[in-house]
Formats: sequence, structure tokens, C-alpha cells
Amino acid sequence: MKASYYPGCALHGTALEYDESAKAVSRALDVELHELPDWSCCGASSAHATDETLAFDLASRNLAIARAQGMDLVVPCAACYSRLKSAESKLDGDQPAASSKTRVRDLLEFFFTSGLVDVIAERNTRPLAGLKLACYYGCLLVRPPKMTGARHHEYPEEMDKLMELLGAQVVPWSYKTDCCGGSLVLTKTNIVLELTRRLLDQAKKAGAEAIVVACPLCQSNLDSRQEEIARKTGEHYQLPIFYFTELVGVALSLQDARKWFKRHFVNPSGLLASKGLL
Amino acid sequence: MTDVRMSGINTEACFQCQKCSAGCPVALHMDYKPHQVMQMLALGMHDRLLACRTIWVCASCYTCSTRCPNDIDVAGVMDRLRQTALRDGVAPAEKDVPLFHRAFLDSIRAYGRVHELSMIARYKMATHRYFDDMKLGLRMFTKGKLKLLPSRIVDRSRIKAMFSRDVQSKERV
Repeated sequence: MKASYYPGCALHGTALEYDESAKAVSRALDVELHELPDWSCCGASSAHATDETLAFDLASRNLAIARAQGMDLVVPCAACYSRLKSAESKLDGDQPAASSKTRVRDLLEFFFTSGLVDVIAERNTRPLAGLKLACYYGCLLVRPPKMTGARHHEYPEEMDKLMELLGAQVVPWSYKTDCCGGSLVLTKTNIVLELTRRLLDQAKKAGAEAIVVACPLCQSNLDSRQEEIARKTGEHYQLPIFYFTELVGVALSLQDARKWFKRHFVNPSGLLASKGLL
Repeated sequence: MTDVRMSGINTEACFQCQKCSAGCPVALHMDYKPHQVMQMLALGMHDRLLACRTIWVCASCYTCSTRCPNDIDVAGVMDRLRQTALRDGVAPAEKDVPLFHRAFLDSIRAYGRVHELSMIARYKMATHRYFDDMKLGLRMFTKGKLKLLPSRIVDRSRIKAMFSRDVQSKERV
């Protein structure tokens, strides 16, 4: 199976382990991901917050390259996915799918639509037994549902299903799609600390030992700010924040996993070792 | 408010149910709640809207747009208000947010992609928030998450043209 792959800026920087694990898992599942040639930034929040035309132009350049390649465009970053999907719906107007066979898909969706979940189930050599996880979807993977096509935008379940398939125990909680503050982290840092604190609190309260995400901004905000929250509130969470691809990698017994986890602020190796998973 | 009107978003459909404000994760930090913004638009209170804190605090999470029973893209309205405020040169109530956007977009214009290290440096120079997150940044660097050198795309001229064409299209409006 083949698909075009749009890493986006974060996956070549702050979310390196998302890129590494997404590629390693795809390789292990015999999927060829072809990085989009000469891809450029999707524009992110900064473009759509300041300039409508620029936001569309930046995103649609990548879409045009993807359409010339003729394969689905797989996007791991929820924020890039949102911008590329927005350009796609503007280009297609009322006739979705009619104008091109290339569809923009987030990586989690791709796992399901391409039947990869079944392959994962077959090759799951190290079931994540005993691991209690809260699946956190955040905003842009599901909203606005008119654009993302999410069936259950208030309480999505795809990531939960995938984690259960890997043998983990997922906890029900009401904060799956609450915002972490996203790109406000460098400007309105206190707002992000307040929102991430609530998410960490609620995940812990629900009995989770770790949170699973599909977005570099969610991961970074939840993972890298725990120490700062502890300094301010005295609350020490020590909750590992996984990209879902990393846990698929663990279940497939991929050797690179330790390398990914070294890039985390809260290193998940201890938790995984305590369950005999690393 | 040409930008909002031209966007085709029908803000007049609002019947003030306040669902947008009830679900907004950052409403506590806003001077006007999302449903008040809708009402202020109807009342023509444009100057106050363009100068308010709300438009810069909005995190673009789309909870409001998703839950609106009248299908109003409230988050889209926030975008249009920010865009108009910048174009009209209105002093922002939250000055760091647009400075961040500028640093981010400058990076795209220069390289075609965002180079985090120089983007953050540029933002710190503009806001004088030199010491925020210093320790965090250093740890990110040692973890290989902040690259020293930018990754440049080949077709940078196309990106530059987007930025300059955009200035022209604005002048036409």
C-alpha cells in the first residue's frame, strides 16, 4: 500500500518522535509513505488568524502537489490536517471527492480506512495488557465535523478502539475533545497551563496511567508543562503522553521505541517496564 | 464590517442561546463572550470589537462553530475580526498574540517552513519575553527537538509570491 505523507514542520522539530514512530510503524505494516516533494508549511493558526487568502494559498499549494502524485495524502499532525482539509473543502465546494481521487486523511483515520488496523491486530506480538490509557483527541482531528467528517465529534472512539485492539485498557472520560490551548502556549501561557492542568487532573481521576494523543501541540502542551504545573500547584502528575503511533510500535515490538521515549519530558519507559512492555 | 459580511457567515441567525459561550474553553479570559460578539455585530459596535481582548484570546478550537444550533461559524467570525483589526491597524488588546503570528509567518516567508528556533528568537525580541521558557527550550534542544539550521524548500519564490500577492488582493478589497 502506498500514500503521500505530509509531515509538517512540527514533525521535523518538536514532534520528531511522532514522525519517527509513524514511519517505523508504517514500514512494519508494509505501507510505503512517500514524503510530499518540496512540501511547505500549512500556515497553521498564524495564517488563518491573520490572512484568509494567504491561509488558503499556503495550504492548497501542498494539496496541488499531492493531487499531482495521485495518492491519498496522509497527515499525522492534527493542526496541519485541519488546514489541508479546509483547503480541500474550499476547492471541492459542493462536490466532495468528485474532482480528485486524492483525499486528505489524518493518520488515525488512514489506519482504519485502509484496513491497517486488521494487520496491526495480526502482528500484535506484545499486547499492552494492564496499561490504562485515556485517549485524548483534542480539537482539530474532529472539529468542525462538517469538514473532518467525524461521526462522533463530542465523544470519538477510533483511538480507543485501536488501543483496545492493542490490548490496553481505555478509561472513559469526558475530556476527550476539550481544548489544550494549542498555539496560545507561547503567548497566553497561563491559559494553556490552566487547560492542560484540567486535562491531566481529569485523566488521572479517570484512572489513566498515561494519555494518548494524535497532535504535536497537544503532546507538547501536556508533556512539557507538567513540571511547571507542579511548581505552581504542588501537584506532581508524572503522566506519560504517548503518540498513538508509539504505542502501536511497542505492540509490534519495534526496537526503536526506546529512542522515541528519550525525546519525551515525562519518560514513559518506567511505566512500560513495570508492565513488562519494554 | 466587510470581512465578516463578505465571508458569507450569517451572524444574524444568532438567537442568543449562549451555547457558544457555555462551551468556550477560554471564555473566562475574554472581555466579551462569543454570544456577546454576535450581538455586538448585530448592533454595529465594530470599533469595540476590533479592539477587544476576545479576538486574540480565542484558541480556534471550533467548539462554538460545532455546537451552534443555527450553524454560525463563530470561530470563523473571530478570524475575520482579527484579520480586519490587523488590516485597519487597530492596536491589539493582547499585543503578544499578533506578534507571535508575525514571527511565525516571517519564518514561512523566509524558508517555506517554520524554523522554530529562529521564530522563537524573533518573537522574544519583539515582546522582550527573553527569559520565558529558557530551561524548557534548552531541554528541547538537547532532546533534538529544536534544529539549529532551518530546512528550506526549493520553491521559495512561490511562497514569497503568495505573501506579496496577498498584499495586492487586500488592496483591491
